Amino acid sequence: MPKSIISVERLTKTYANGFEALKGVDLEIAEGEILALLGPNGAGKTTLISIICGIVTPSGGRVLAGGHDVVRDFRETRALIGLVPQELTTDQFETVWNTVSFSRGLHGKKPNPAYIEQVLRDLSLWDKKDFMLRQLSGGMKRRVLIAKALSHEPRVLFLDEPTAGVDVNLRKDMWQVVGRLRESGVTIILTTHYIEEAEEIADRVGVIDGGRLLLVEDKVTLMKKLGAKQLILELSEPLGAIPEALSGYGLRLENEGQALVYDYDGHDQTDRIGPFLQALSAAGISFKDLSTRQNSLEDIFVSLIGERA
Amino acid sequence: MNWQAMKSIYLFEMARTRRTLLQSIVSPVLSTSLYFIVFGSAIGSRIQNIEGVSYGSFITPGLIMLSLLTLCISNGSFGIYFPKFTGTIYELLSSPVSMPEILVGYVGAAASKGLIVGAIILGTAYFFVDVTIQHPLLMITFFVLTAITFSLLGFIIGIWATNFEQLSLIPSLVIPPLTFLGGCFYSINMLPPLWQTVSHFNPVLYLVSGFRWSFYGISDVNPWISLAIIIAFLGVCLVLVSWMFRTGYRLKS
Ligand SMILES: Nc1ncnc2c1ncn2[C@@H]1O[C@H](COP(=O)(O)OP(=O)(O)OP(=O)(O)O)[C@@H](O)[C@H]1O
Ligand SMILES: [Mg+2]
Repeated sequence: MPKSIISVERLTKTYANGFEALKGVDLEIAEGEILALLGPNGAGKTTLISIICGIVTPSGGRVLAGGHDVVRDFRETRALIGLVPQELTTDQFETVWNTVSFSRGLHGKKPNPAYIEQVLRDLSLWDKKDFMLRQLSGGMKRRVLIAKALSHEPRVLFLDEPTAGVDVNLRKDMWQVVGRLRESGVTIILTTHYIEEAEEIADRVGVIDGGRLLLVEDKVTLMKKLGAKQLILELSEPLGAIPEALSGYGLRLENEGQALVYDYDGHDQTDRIGPFLQALSAAGISFKDLSTRQNSLEDIFVSLIGERA
Repeated sequence: MNWQAMKSIYLFEMARTRRTLLQSIVSPVLSTSLYFIVFGSAIGSRIQNIEGVSYGSFITPGLIMLSLLTLCISNGSFGIYFPKFTGTIYELLSSPVSMPEILVGYVGAAASKGLIVGAIILGTAYFFVDVTIQHPLLMITFFVLTAITFSLLGFIIGIWATNFEQLSLIPSLVIPPLTFLGGCFYSINMLPPLWQTVSHFNPVLYLVSGFRWSFYGISDVNPWISLAIIIAFLGVCLVLVSWMFRTGYRLKS
């Protein structure tokens, strides 16, 4: 794996009311990747992001961004990072242009109208540049927040639930923008409740719940797990052992020999089931019923969360 | 130092004034002009001179202070309360800006606005009454120190307030009695002895009195004590605000 741009070590957070929102999170984020953080409401996603960005003070552990500590060397780390918050928080009476330029200034960067123009054009906001924020729709405000986050040319972009309240078209636009940013080398971390979204856009997926990171996995590896399918045959006659002729299929017997289970890769396009069934009848095995089972990310998710509960 | 950020905050705040020109500049100037007409010309003409200064001239420094205090507190508190209220504070907290830099941006802007309005009121005063400034350096010192101190007080109130009621609590309930009883419109020598004693516990008395001394060389208290008190008050505010920053009080969880 390439070198980490963000590294989170044993991070904990207990809020003032005693609530433990993070219970020891370790996470390495590689430069240039897209990481999706998946988790239900209250999992701790926003808390994690807020600590990395400097909005919330950590209770224990530490976070490095670009090798610098986010608390001690906040100037270095925050200059690297752009944040699009979950809530649509905007200064209603400002114009798009002013609010985006203001963000750049806050990050200590000299004005660069040409760059701001480019950002606004990329987000289809150019014709709205002189609009006040209160004159914009929710989806446009979300884009303004993205423009603000990009205004200082960050190397890492956090998108906290970027698709909440966003229609299909804008979502597509957003993924295009994300894609372009990634091509330019920006690391992107986004949170979402939707598994499909994580699958669609991310290189890696992290699952977080109850303040713990339950899993971080390469999407491809995850999809392999997801692709795993099982064919289950209810046999007419229970079998004592797998017949010699079928040894090549990696079969298992379940339910005291009454069910035969065949694991195969559902993503593999070659026809597996036909030949297998032929081999089965050639071996003289008959069955009463058949069914298939498929792991979805949802299953993995539910089983992970279930295990913990 | 993130100069660019301080400049951005400062200019952003000043730009807001331009949008709310009526509220932030025209209205205080209008209301003080009314004071000059009513107290300075109409009523003042029936009031005898105070220590050789006409009544209209006498109240001028007090009126400037009155506007300066109120404006600096309201600008200072609103400036930082507003992003807290709308949630845009996330941006300040996630930018490479230190708390003192945020402070300089907001307090600097609030104080500048107060000073601009104060200067306009002073200019207005020349139309209505005779004004002389005997000690310009000291006058400017009082003027600037007061603007900074009360903008800082406003900033503290803005961080502390969790709703609009709290935000206006001090400016609307505490400041008016202090300013009206602080000798803006009279010399405390005109008061009965008991109230003279009580007045000495009112910090605003020292501000107004010292400021007036820089104009006409007359005052209810020693101007150097006035100066010491305003500096001490500035010190208290600085200690308070640095505690707030260290603990992240009502800004960071
Ligand atoms: N300031 C706070 N004080 C106390 N508890 C808090 C605070 N902020 C968040 N929490 C709690 O911490 C937990 C995690 O919150 P967080 O916002 O990180 O969740 P999330 O994963 O972002 O959820 P969602 O998907 O709903 O946005 C929640 O139980 C929340 O109630
Ligand atoms: Mg959240």
